[in-house]
Amino acid sequence: MSKWLNPRSALGIAVITAALFALPFVAAMGGQAWVRILNFAILYVFLALGLNIVVGFAGLLDLGYVAFYAVGAYVYALLASPHFGLHWPFWVILPICAAVACVFGVLLGSPTLKLRGDYLAIVTLGFGEIVRIFMNNLNAPINITNGPQGITLIDPVSIGPLDFSKTSEILGFAISGPQKYYFLLIVLAIFVIIVNLRLQHSRIGRAWQAIREDEVAAKAIGINTRNIKLLAFAMGASFGGIAGGIFSATQGFVSPESFSLIESIMILAMVVLGGMGHIPGVILGAVLLTVLPEVLRYGVGPLQTALFGTMLIDPESLRMLIFGLALVLVMRFKPAGLWPSPERRRELQEGG
Amino acid sequence: MAETLLAAKAVAKNFGGVKALCDVSLSIRRGEIYGLIGPNGAGKTTFFNCMTGLYIPDGGGFEFAGAPLLADAPHQAAARGIARTFQNIRLFGNMTARENVMVGRHVRTRGGVFGAIFRTAATRDEEAAIRRRAEELLHYVRIEDRADDLAKNLSYGDQRRLEIARALATEPSLLCLDEPAAGMNATETEELRSLIDGIRNDGTTILLIEHDVKLVMGLCDRVAVLDYGALVIEDVPTVVQKDQRVIEAYLGA
Repeated sequence: MSKWLNPRSALGIAVITAALFALPFVAAMGGQAWVRILNFAILYVFLALGLNIVVGFAGLLDLGYVAFYAVGAYVYALLASPHFGLHWPFWVILPICAAVACVFGVLLGSPTLKLRGDYLAIVTLGFGEIVRIFMNNLNAPINITNGPQGITLIDPVSIGPLDFSKTSEILGFAISGPQKYYFLLIVLAIFVIIVNLRLQHSRIGRAWQAIREDEVAAKAIGINTRNIKLLAFAMGASFGGIAGGIFSATQGFVSPESFSLIESIMILAMVVLGGMGHIPGVILGAVLLTVLPEVLRYGVGPLQTALFGTMLIDPESLRMLIFGLALVLVMRFKPAGLWPSPERRRELQEGG
Repeated sequence: MAETLLAAKAVAKNFGGVKALCDVSLSIRRGEIYGLIGPNGAGKTTFFNCMTGLYIPDGGGFEFAGAPLLADAPHQAAARGIARTFQNIRLFGNMTARENVMVGRHVRTRGGVFGAIFRTAATRDEEAAIRRRAEELLHYVRIEDRADDLAKNLSYGDQRRLEIARALATEPSLLCLDEPAAGMNATETEELRSLIDGIRNDGTTILLIEHDVKLVMGLCDRVAVLDYGALVIEDVPTVVQKDQRVIEAYLGA
């Protein structure tokens, strides 16, 4: 632990803490919408880190990751809404979200154990869609998910007297609902990041990477590749489940529409753009890909009016255009991602 | 006579109509260096793959340290104490040399997810021991100064050495080397010979597949010759060298 205590890292931690603390208040100056965007960024950090375990560490290309997000979201929605009349507290539900998603991770992972690369991607893509379609159709004969209408009036998080849906006064500061969620999310995010960092440099993390590099060699030195791969699916899915639960609570509403294929692809893009397998890179990717489109959404329209006096291109379509261009450029000029791990960077330099 | 460590009993393996292995029976004694030679395509690597569980034999089986070896589980073969290297080197290219050896400790360590997340005292001790052992092994095969380099960036000879270090990390009682001298020059081969000899002297039995007949004859205590998937002879090098069938197999009758 001594390396944490040298003055430079201590200063770094202090600066980062201060910045994270100030961020929601700075964002609030532009309106609460920006705080919500921040919250989404953190939520995507969760998802990207979870997917990074499967894709980045274990090298299993999973295109159906959003399924676990959906499972978590629906577990929360069902246990804390008038739909079944259940109103459990969030700290009970979140571990259940993680556990149920984990079970789904193992269930969906086990048939794919012998598949690799493209084939694995296609099967997981299918699973992602299957889960979404189930959510869409499980309103008959027994109404479980309320079908395409989704589940509404989901309880917001509340800790003791703090209701996260309302503004409240703490130590003389007015803290809005989204700002409270922000702090809750930051605490959980720090936990998730620590878990990821520790797993990466552990016996299990090394076994994942060994499977990614060469599955046959991994088997030959005694790694039970079946169990270790399932563990990767399970761990990744648990993070997705937690993120889903929080998503439900912040939105107050879930429907199958939120869990389409494009979500899986966005999360994968975050992992790949940021730097596969490198935790700081993945965090950067998640934050960039959540915040930048929003900046474009709010910035492009006014900018066009200012420049040309009229709106030439609909901001929404321009957003996807710029997003696609950014992807192409990054893959062309930074193939290892924006912030790859030092090893990957060195390898690309040496490999030429 | 020393105790038998590994016994192959009428092992057979077919690929379609090709009989890659045809009732091969042989026995490796504890503490010896056992050579397995034969022309290209004689079935040497197939034999290896059957033994380490990568292939499932169509007939026969193996007995290791007195108990049958399950045919279909490579990771169990490693747990039982059989480690191997590959003819075409199979390292974990994007991991450092040290990490490669550390992965080798997997089968002899226990740390799980919760230990890693909460970084318990037991996990930290185990992790330190893994790292220490990896350093020792890198030193043992004399590539300790490349510990932080990615495996794929090591020179060919160093990669061979790293693969041996990784195999040794699993604490094998039988170390199987699949053509370790392939592509090596005379100096490197000589260094390899002393390394293999050293490993044997430290108590590990060695099964050596090799094309370099000089190396095999100089190093091995006993040699088996395979040709067209069948065992030709199993004896000490001086006898094998003079055997008419072996000369025919190699030179063509």
